[in-house]
Amino acid sequence: MIGLVLVSHSAKLAEGLAELAGQMAPDVRILPAGGLLDGTLGTDFDAVSAALDRADAGDGVVLLYDLGSAKMTADLAVEMLGDPSRAAVVDAPFVEGAVAAAVAAQGGGDLDAVLTAAVSAGAPDEVVDAGTGTDFVLTNDIGLHARPAALLARTVAELDAKVTVRFGDKQADAASVLALMSLGARGGDTVAVSATGPDAAEALRRVHDLVARGFDE
Amino acid sequence: MSCDAAGVVAALRSAAEVVEAHRDELVTLDREIGDGDHGENLKRGFTAVLSKLDNAGDTPGAVLKVVASTLISTVGGAAGPLYGTAFLRAAAKLGTEPELTASSVVDALAAALEGVVARGKAEVGDKTMVDALTPAVAAARDAAGSSVAEVLRAAADAAGKGAEDTVPLVARKGRASYLGERSAGHMDPGARSTALLLRAFADAAS
Repeated sequence: MIGLVLVSHSAKLAEGLAELAGQMAPDVRILPAGGLLDGTLGTDFDAVSAALDRADAGDGVVLLYDLGSAKMTADLAVEMLGDPSRAAVVDAPFVEGAVAAAVAAQGGGDLDAVLTAAVSAGAPDEVVDAGTGTDFVLTNDIGLHARPAALLARTVAELDAKVTVRFGDKQADAASVLALMSLGARGGDTVAVSATGPDAAEALRRVHDLVARGFDE
Repeated sequence: MSCDAAGVVAALRSAAEVVEAHRDELVTLDREIGDGDHGENLKRGFTAVLSKLDNAGDTPGAVLKVVASTLISTVGGAAGPLYGTAFLRAAAKLGTEPELTASSVVDALAAALEGVVARGKAEVGDKTMVDALTPAVAAARDAAGSSVAEVLRAAADAAGKGAEDTVPLVARKGRASYLGERSAGHMDPGARSTALLLRAFADAAS
């Protein structure tokens, strides 16, 4: 499984983001590397390198950064590793990218898949064909909030299907936790789920099960 | 100076003294357009370098590699990765050759510049250390037919001029770029420290 390193000038920012992303990807090694040893703001090369080592479970590591010199520190840590296939720094929105990368890693994505997930977290969603569709009433209290959204994204990530969730006039790619959350669908709301691709029917069946179980709440 | 590892160590000791002597000046320059920590960060880095020089290695490249990893770990900010990369690339270029030559110094300086540009994505005119290092490499290349001392002197002279030329520039990279037009009228601290280091190396070599 791919690991993540979150490189930030602020220890609190990196730790908070690791907590947020970790909630949606409980099995992924997500290592915060923020701030300097003395507690001030900055990026510490040794801390980033150590996090890079610890995040690597053997399949590789994706590093995300907040701004400016954090990218340089991350790039340098990867360069010093001497093996470009083991780690990569991704230019993605720090929060959205980390969450999307974590979910992709949890779903078993390889280095490229996790990088792509992080990058596309900042891109607008494309409009897709409706395909086969079903309406679902969300039975859990919080609706498509962080944890249920992550659960839904993970469920469809394993399948060869493009799943779209519509709520009101908004739509979201079900592979994107953030897009799902931004729908703002709460308990009792009705969402329309459609799917295309070879596994479309299986995708809808799994979404149905998930909704029926109240997202295991 | 000699051009072996011992000579390089001696040049680095003088560089550390120069950084110490100019700490306040660099802090002041950086306070004008940055976050004011460049002088202190660089001083901390070279103080750490001093403590590593006794057993740094027996080739110029090996010594510079120790300098690189020490600066990366201790300087912080953007200057740590940038100076670290510069020394790292120079060290890699020198490989295991036992003594510097005029042409290997030119190649090492060019490799350092290439590394800094790749790491920081800055171009000439962005008001960064690249504005000192770029003319330094060009001048060093012109002097490649002479001695190590002449190459370093040419590089130091050009870097000093390059640093002066950053005064009217509006910063396009680094913390100073957030100031926009207000960054004009101040010398870039990174260009200044680059010029100071090259001057220290040149003085040690002559």
